[in-house]
Amino acid sequence: MQQNEFIKIVSPFKDKLFRLAKRLLVSTEEAEDATQEVLVKLWTKNESLHELKSVEAMAMAMTKNYCLDQLKSKRASNMTIVHNNYTDNQASLQQKLEDADSLSWVEKIINDLPEQQKLIIQMRDIEQYEFEDIAKILGMSEATIRVALSRARKTIREIMTKTHNYGIG
Amino acid sequence: MVLDRIEKILEKYFQGETSIAEENELKVYFSSSDVAQHLKQYQPIFGYFSQAKEQQFTQEIPLQTKKGNIVMWLSVAASVVVMLGVGTMMYFETSKSEQFVACSPEDSPELAMEQIERALALVSEHLNTGIESVSYINEYENSKNKIFKK
Repeated sequence: MQQNEFIKIVSPFKDKLFRLAKRLLVSTEEAEDATQEVLVKLWTKNESLHELKSVEAMAMAMTKNYCLDQLKSKRASNMTIVHNNYTDNQASLQQKLEDADSLSWVEKIINDLPEQQKLIIQMRDIEQYEFEDIAKILGMSEATIRVALSRARKTIREIMTKTHNYGIG
Repeated sequence: MVLDRIEKILEKYFQGETSIAEENELKVYFSSSDVAQHLKQYQPIFGYFSQAKEQQFTQEIPLQTKKGNIVMWLSVAASVVVMLGVGTMMYFETSKSEQFVACSPEDSPELAMEQIERALALVSEHLNTGIESVSYINEYENSKNKIFKK
């Protein structure tokens, strides 16, 4: 497979890999490194890519595993400092400032969820994968995913409702 | 009416039972300007989901590893070729000089004569190749004379 052919296959979902990595690792730089790492790994598998049904699912699973490994080794070496680079790229307008505040609040809540729920929220609510695909990527049953997803959504709702009421009271 | 439907979908949503189409419906509803007051609290959630999908991976994809491998193997192959070349040259050099057997005129004048002839032939041969290349210089001399006529 040629380089440009590979890039053609990869480009529709490379952003998804990056966003998944960023969801887990939080820092943009680390997520970029992780994405590059996964893409290079995928490139070295090159010849066997044609045999795969879904390169995307495979790449997502690789990203997930890579990031979880990263987190594990980070915890093992007691590195607890994580930089929180919240996106501030569109917050130039006065109106958007207020919105961005509550949006970054949602981001914070999601980032505080357990890793598995984070992954599921990311893939379902942001990337809009079907349950079948998520099940394949995570190697879990669809029912388990639905339960975890429901739990995650309820947690977000709960915290949002609390802050919403703070705002009024 | 719309509100009823949205509330129903929302209920399903938190149970984890909505389809992608229904979730899109929610996203569209919450991105519109007339969201019911009691549902306003959910607006940032769906707003965030849409916004988060817009982040892009802007880095280059570093696919140098494969190319690097090829370069590495090329250099290995080149060095093998060079070493083989040097090896064969050395081999032939030594085997050529072995043609001359050490001998003294006492034990065989004919052999010694033959060896000397061969050695002299070799020298003159090399000398001729030297002279051949010197003859090019004459060409330069000729053309120079043509241009700078005295």
